[in-house]
Amino acid sequence: MEWETVIGLEIHAQLATKSKIFSAASTAYGAMPNTQACAVDLGFPGVLPVLNSEAVTMATKFGLAIGAEVSKRSVFARKNYFYPDLPKGYQISQFELPIVGIGELEIELENGETKTIGITRAHLEEDAGKSMHEGLGNESGIDLNRAGTPLLEIVSEPDMRSAKEAVAYMKKIHSLVRYLEICDGNMQEGSFRCDANVSVRPKGQKEYGTRAELKNINSFRFVERAINLEVERQIELIEDGGHVAQETRLYDADKNETRSMRSKEEANDYRYFPDPDLLPVELDQAFFDSVKATLPELPDVKKHRFMKSFKLSAYDASVLTSSRELAEYFEAVLVAADNEAKLACNWVNGELAAMLNKENKDISESPVKPEMLGKMIVRIKDGTISGKGAKDCFEGMWLGEGDADEVIKKRDLKQVQDSAAIEKFVDDVIAANPKQVEQFKAGQDKLLGFFVGQVMKESKGKANPAQVNQLVKDKLK
Amino acid sequence: MQDFSIVEISKALAKKEFSSVELTQHYLDRINTHDSQLNSFITVTDELALEQAKAADERIRKGESGVLLGVPYAHKDIFCTSGVKTSCGSRMLDNFTAPYNANVTDLLNQAGAVMLGKTNMDEFAMGSSNETSFYGSVKNPWDTAYVPGGSSGGSASAVAARLAPIATGTDTGGSIRQPAALCGITGIKPSYGRVSRYGMIAFASSLDQGGSFARSSEDAAQLLQAIAGFDLRDSTSIDRPVPNFSADLDKPLKGLKIGLPKEYFAEGLDAEVEKVVQTAIKEYENLGAKVIEISLPNSKLSVPVYYVVAPAECSSNLSRYDGVRYGHRCKDPVNLDDLYFRSRGEGFGKEVKRRIMIGTYALSAGYYDAYYLKAQQIRRLISDDFTQAFKEVDVIMSPTSPSAAFKIGEKSDDPVTMYLSDIYTIAVNLAGLPGMSIPAGFVNSLPVGLQIIGSYWGEAQLLNVAHQFQQATDWHKQKPKGY
Repeated sequence: MEWETVIGLEIHAQLATKSKIFSAASTAYGAMPNTQACAVDLGFPGVLPVLNSEAVTMATKFGLAIGAEVSKRSVFARKNYFYPDLPKGYQISQFELPIVGIGELEIELENGETKTIGITRAHLEEDAGKSMHEGLGNESGIDLNRAGTPLLEIVSEPDMRSAKEAVAYMKKIHSLVRYLEICDGNMQEGSFRCDANVSVRPKGQKEYGTRAELKNINSFRFVERAINLEVERQIELIEDGGHVAQETRLYDADKNETRSMRSKEEANDYRYFPDPDLLPVELDQAFFDSVKATLPELPDVKKHRFMKSFKLSAYDASVLTSSRELAEYFEAVLVAADNEAKLACNWVNGELAAMLNKENKDISESPVKPEMLGKMIVRIKDGTISGKGAKDCFEGMWLGEGDADEVIKKRDLKQVQDSAAIEKFVDDVIAANPKQVEQFKAGQDKLLGFFVGQVMKESKGKANPAQVNQLVKDKLK
Repeated sequence: MQDFSIVEISKALAKKEFSSVELTQHYLDRINTHDSQLNSFITVTDELALEQAKAADERIRKGESGVLLGVPYAHKDIFCTSGVKTSCGSRMLDNFTAPYNANVTDLLNQAGAVMLGKTNMDEFAMGSSNETSFYGSVKNPWDTAYVPGGSSGGSASAVAARLAPIATGTDTGGSIRQPAALCGITGIKPSYGRVSRYGMIAFASSLDQGGSFARSSEDAAQLLQAIAGFDLRDSTSIDRPVPNFSADLDKPLKGLKIGLPKEYFAEGLDAEVEKVVQTAIKEYENLGAKVIEISLPNSKLSVPVYYVVAPAECSSNLSRYDGVRYGHRCKDPVNLDDLYFRSRGEGFGKEVKRRIMIGTYALSAGYYDAYYLKAQQIRRLISDDFTQAFKEVDVIMSPTSPSAAFKIGEKSDDPVTMYLSDIYTIAVNLAGLPGMSIPAGFVNSLPVGLQIIGSYWGEAQLLNVAHQFQQATDWHKQKPKGY
């Protein structure tokens, strides 16, 4: 039987506010345990939450960016359950009236097509603390630094049909929240994490299969692996005559397996009700307008502008706009490169991307600044350096040998464009290879490459290949 | 000295007739003498009180003035006090000292008031008789076989017995007004949002409101003045100016329209109590007020609605007491569930557990719509009844409690009967209105309270209406024998 996979994602994006969502404690990562938890975060008696307006602004930005309706009235609710790292015995979240309603997002598929993924809602909530079991002997520790950190939970429709689509969607959200500067997107630190609802059904069947929820998957690679594993498990189970149980499963990256955490029967009854300590959040059009005015150019708009203004392919444009920093880098290169868009794109997506990847660097850490790359492109365009020379030049710039002109000078990369000088190289090569000249003249056209190669070798690569090509042809005609 | 009003104390302090230290010592001595019978204090803060009194005397010496400067008060043990235990009447918090002050505590410190100690109360403010306290029941100074009312019974008893001139309280369903009535003193619960709830341990957040106890309306106004006002730390506190609560005290009542809700003078009301209340209302007519019968048609739903909303909120509010970070923790827990079950099982008393269970049930999947949601809808109707009524009348009057104080132990095994003792006070909390209780007479030598309900933010008017009655009568000047 042919199976279809159905996936919906719940993404938790930690909002980049300075202080917590309901207290003045810092949200900075990495402090000593419990040094960034005040009485409110610790759930002490009598203390009360006060909403951080910055979190509301950030959620609003997200809502506007996905074309969703941002609620004029949203309500915080208590999600009640007991856990040692949940200090109040309830999490303040939003339930019936979330701040962001239905929206959508376009993702690019591998085959170059696009697909629209529905977003059901996005709501504000506070994070819990962390339980620690390692290295404490018989005891468990609790770190409440993270308790009260603002999260935006973004819930998608079950619109994805493969692990690859899920990853594309997750990457798109990741890129968007970073464009909006509402989340730092740091997955190692847990600022951006995801739960996946996965089910399978026979192809063509309308009803969804029973889903399992995969918890806390914290990298793009793991999302793909975890989903594929789960899909395999479910198909195998059904084909063996079994049933998929509705349950929460945990992905273990070390063992590369998913395992059951709790079944539906064991699931908590969260007893949601509106939090009487907080007033409903009431927003008006003027607020929406003021937030809208601060929105940057969004990735999709930017992508289409790049395609149109710079005549780039959809693929190139979407790679360049995958992060705001990269797009800004590219545009800065263009300014310095006299608008040589195709060349600039090839260098940014090619050599630069490869080096960054190899050295595990972020675009902001590139030793080759956009102006430097742009000037080098000018030198390619005006014939000062060849393509090969450019690679040398780029390497020199990467290693800190200076800007393009300095590296060209230091590394002696300037192409020989003086026709007389090139002609001398050509004449020498012809004189030295009479046999090949005979064969060429007898019709072995492919030997042209041999002559050009020899000339380039003699000139130590500095002769302009186009000129050499032409001269050899002329001389041997 | 213990019969002085706050205004009299304030004048005497300013004139150096006695010092705050002398006055404070006088009250500490009285507590020392009488509180073993009354049990109205959980913690007496002798040393701190004398320190604060000394500081107040210093401020007075430097020419500072302030109506509460150097004036002793008793503080309900629900308000957090940095460095002093705040137990909320529970074993759960018997070992708890907050590292912060409630907003009310801060304001009283700024005013230079002197805290004598923390008063006894029903556990987590859940009770109408002060019998649910982990620290034992409080006795009514008018007759120690009787309850003082609850949950702020310790504060009411202390003020009635002249162990403190004024005291703080909180009122979720009548916890200021009912003990004020049963102890023969004056108590006011302001409009919801008037006094910050920051640092005031939550029972039912949408109903809890701090307020004041005193022997007279005039004094109650002074204490309320000090603790009222907007606080950024409480999102439900109201950002509007606080009027001078004493400014209108002397306003004549001619033309005042008093509404008497017929539902509050019906079955269940003790006939003797009704007589006392009717006599008090006659007095108001003598003062020029006009009495109008009104209807609050949804009154009978107040108690059931309250006993869904309040337990629902309390079940969630009390989840934080889990033995993990502070408060009672069971001995040698074997695992997490054991830690939870035993810490909470041992830390909470019977009534608190009962309400946590009721509330948990009311919020559960499948019951939420039928109980919590429905209760919130009816709550709106109850509130609308008042809005309607206040189109016709200026204030509403009723008995505060259907009977005078009952005996200790009399109702403690029958929660429903106990809950009905708050039948006239609960609707006021559900609507968020200000309410007051003033002494109006006696039944069998036990005090009876008259409840006065005002429209939103109408505290000044309530205090005026109460004060005028107290100018014409001396019920509030009666004191229990031996104190």
